[in-house]
Amino acid sequence: MNGPGYGLRKLKLLFGREKFSGELDEEMAFHREQMAKELEDKGMRPEEARMAAMRQFGNTTRMRERSHEVVGFRAETVAQDLRYAMRQLRKNPGFAITATLMLALGIGASTAIFGFVDAALIQPLPYTQQSRLVDVDESAAVFPRTNISRADYEDWKKMNATLQSLDVYNGSGFLLRQGSVSEPVQAARVSDGFFHTLGVQPILGRDFRPGEDKTGGAKIVILSYGTWIARFGGRRDIIGDKVSLNGDPFTIVGVLPRNFAFAPRGGSELWVPLLDKNPCEQRRSCHDLDGVARLRDGVSVSQARADLQKIAGQLAIQYPDSNTGQGASVQPLSEFIVGKVRPILLTLLAGAGLLLLIACVNVSSLLLVRSESRRREIAVRGALGATPARLMRQFVTEALLLATAGWGGGIVAAAGMMSLLRSMFPKNVAQGAPFLDNVRLNAHVLIFGGTVAVLAMLLMALTPALRLAIRDIHGALSEGGRTAAGRFWRRLGANLVVVELVIAVVLLAGAGLLGKSLYRLLHVDLGFEPSHLATVQLMMTDPTQQKPEQLRELYRKIDARVAALPGVEGLGITSDLPVQCYCDTDWIRIPGKPFHGEHNDVMERDTSAGYFRMLGAQLIEGRMFTEADDSTHPNVTIINQTMARKYFPGEDPVGKTIGDTKLSPKSMRQVVGVVADIREAALDNDPAPTEYFSMNYGPDAFFAMAVRTRGDDKVFLPELVKTLRTISPALGVYGEVTMEQQIAGSPTAVMHQLSAYLVGGFAVLALVLGVVGLYGVVAYSVSQRTREIGVRMALGAQRSAVHRMVLKEAGMLTVIGIAVGLALSIVASAAMKSLLFGVRAWDWSTLAGVGSLLGIFALLASFIPARRASRVNPVEALRAE
Amino acid sequence: MMAEKPELMPGTLDLLILRTLKRAPLHGYGIAQSIRRMSDDVLTVEEGSLYPALQRLLLQGWVKAEWKITDTNRRARFYTMTAAGRKQLGVEVSKFEQMVEAIGRVLRDAEEAG
Repeated sequence: MNGPGYGLRKLKLLFGREKFSGELDEEMAFHREQMAKELEDKGMRPEEARMAAMRQFGNTTRMRERSHEVVGFRAETVAQDLRYAMRQLRKNPGFAITATLMLALGIGASTAIFGFVDAALIQPLPYTQQSRLVDVDESAAVFPRTNISRADYEDWKKMNATLQSLDVYNGSGFLLRQGSVSEPVQAARVSDGFFHTLGVQPILGRDFRPGEDKTGGAKIVILSYGTWIARFGGRRDIIGDKVSLNGDPFTIVGVLPRNFAFAPRGGSELWVPLLDKNPCEQRRSCHDLDGVARLRDGVSVSQARADLQKIAGQLAIQYPDSNTGQGASVQPLSEFIVGKVRPILLTLLAGAGLLLLIACVNVSSLLLVRSESRRREIAVRGALGATPARLMRQFVTEALLLATAGWGGGIVAAAGMMSLLRSMFPKNVAQGAPFLDNVRLNAHVLIFGGTVAVLAMLLMALTPALRLAIRDIHGALSEGGRTAAGRFWRRLGANLVVVELVIAVVLLAGAGLLGKSLYRLLHVDLGFEPSHLATVQLMMTDPTQQKPEQLRELYRKIDARVAALPGVEGLGITSDLPVQCYCDTDWIRIPGKPFHGEHNDVMERDTSAGYFRMLGAQLIEGRMFTEADDSTHPNVTIINQTMARKYFPGEDPVGKTIGDTKLSPKSMRQVVGVVADIREAALDNDPAPTEYFSMNYGPDAFFAMAVRTRGDDKVFLPELVKTLRTISPALGVYGEVTMEQQIAGSPTAVMHQLSAYLVGGFAVLALVLGVVGLYGVVAYSVSQRTREIGVRMALGAQRSAVHRMVLKEAGMLTVIGIAVGLALSIVASAAMKSLLFGVRAWDWSTLAGVGSLLGIFALLASFIPARRASRVNPVEALRAE
Repeated sequence: MMAEKPELMPGTLDLLILRTLKRAPLHGYGIAQSIRRMSDDVLTVEEGSLYPALQRLLLQGWVKAEWKITDTNRRARFYTMTAAGRKQLGVEVSKFEQMVEAIGRVLRDAEEAG
């Protein structure tokens, strides 16, 4: 297209720009002079000739600019625009800083939340072809997903035609002895192909080999990367070494890669093969494993589910006692791992998005106001020869500068917010959410932030550009102000404020509902007194010390030693502490009642004699356990109120008997008491039917202890642990926590808390931005109408009437904003129903509270401009123009 | 205000300048005068727009510029056509003729149809 030497000549001109300008001006001046002379020769007066020549020549500035554009590089005009934009922003630092901060806030919040969304929902799990992995479990009538029993697992593995491989895992714990120190560590038992199914290769040593998980197999262990580093110094010659777990020597065969994480067993340090069947695994009816499988090529999740359902049906016919009503649950592994956090994250992302929108709208209205005051400047530049395209580019450049600054600030803010949020997750919750480790400023997050900034930029560039494109420049030059266009744009500003108020209402209502849910959750009726309660997990790791009589003796010893500590009011031993899990369930059958093989699922808990009294649980009728309720006496049980209501409606349960599904004589127990419901499972789970047994009847090597303290339970904890450690070196002591910490740190509470705090934070910011926006619009409207107000007053309007007029204008905007906002919040809250606890989406008190809160703030915001309007001096106002 | 002038077709200004310079080197004013005279004042352009066009021709290497003294003893920049410019003129002329012919055809067709 361009001839030879074009680029070189252009480059040469770049360095001779001043000479070029001078020469161009000189020859254009010469041209005009010659023209004028020619006209004079025709008889025109000199002055007239000069003017005519100038007209005939055209706009000199524009010609000069166009000549410069021909020889100039594109970047030069961009640099010019940038310089000009910088000057504009520097001239008005208040505007620049406010706009940048608002944008940084909006971009930062949404980018930070997106970081979590990316890590949890977008980035794949760290397994080979993770989309082909499924979570496989059994299902029962009441529970769509329950553990799988070892016998069922072995049958499913043999019989299925849709899975490339099926493996199982469950949690475990060992007392790890290194030198003279014994420490309890979390572990997982897995079937031999577990890591192979996930597609994970040890970085050191080897994977388990097929058959190594069989009963009586060699004791081998694979280490997590973190454990290898922290406990074994990252030694590369570790493979083949022996390590003492519960006193047994295990051979280390491998070390897992650093990025390996398996959320369902997040805290596991050691991975061992299944090996011997524990008592539960010897029965087909006892479910203690979870399955993970890789689908065969071309098989869908629903095909696999149908296949396993069919097998479950066959097993139910074959083993009616244990398998009646047991089905199969198959879902994508990612769904199982992140399904629960998805609604929370999406809610937060929506909240952050709304905040961003409100920030952009606010900056837009600021720009709108500013463009109003820059109308003359723009008109002058237009008259001096700036083309509309060039003016438009100037706005885009300014918006670009603001957006870039906002983006930079936003990314810094996002990094800060992400690490702050990550630190808010307690360790136990973080272990179940390994994606948290991937929350950082990565390419996805930066691109997201950039995209958001570009959208914000477009919005900001369009507002003033559109605003000015419609106007005719001559009109603005001659005078500006009270034109139809002015009114239209003032209305647009008002409409933008309504949008802001609506968003603020939606966020406030969401925060209100989440806050109320959190309050309800933390104040749910626990059935016991959670304060001043120190708890600790215990296990007897020495297999030679686990006979019932030995364990009873251990309980007695612990009881005596801890009770003797100063500040102890009471203590109790139990199999599971309250507010832990829906777990340890059993099927019951009541003699004399109709039974058709259904599964009457109830929770089981073993408790010591003083446990209920110490907890502060309320005995409704009958008696508590005593020390004498041991295996030398008939088995007795205390049931909770829910169980009494469900299985003994309208009867007195005390004195009744309960048995297992076969009513085997040895399983029969008599109900001796009814206790008010104790919240045993998660806070948001409704109380389930629960049976309590005497700890002394069937002692277990794994147990927990709770101590009621007179003083601070947190201070007492270390002393408790120290005392327990002196009782026996084989006694593992771990998981010490106060009940209040346990409740506040439970995943349910943490998730509710995080979403309530975050949405609350967004809502407060939205409230501030919305109110500031309202103030801005009303104040601007008053300043634009100063003359009108002056006229009104000159004609006799009272100050109070002017005051009312302005308040009415603000009031209208507020009422519309609140009304629309409340309607939308009901829709929005219904969408986040799964996050609410004990609150309905249309909780009138919350909505009313939000409405009045915003109303009050809006009133305050409009009070100042209304006051200013009523103070207008009519004489000055009329003279001003 | 002056009467509206017929607008130049885009690109024709370059052609007119080159055509004018074919006969003799001229300064900007001279080029404008010459175009005015040759076209019987029909093609009076906003004369200032010569200058951006001249910069373009200079960059393309179709003309050369030199400061000289005029007959009236004034300093002025004189533009001379280069060999490349002569070639370009040929190209531009044939392009222009093609276009005129095409437009003519369209107009004739439209008349016949109407």
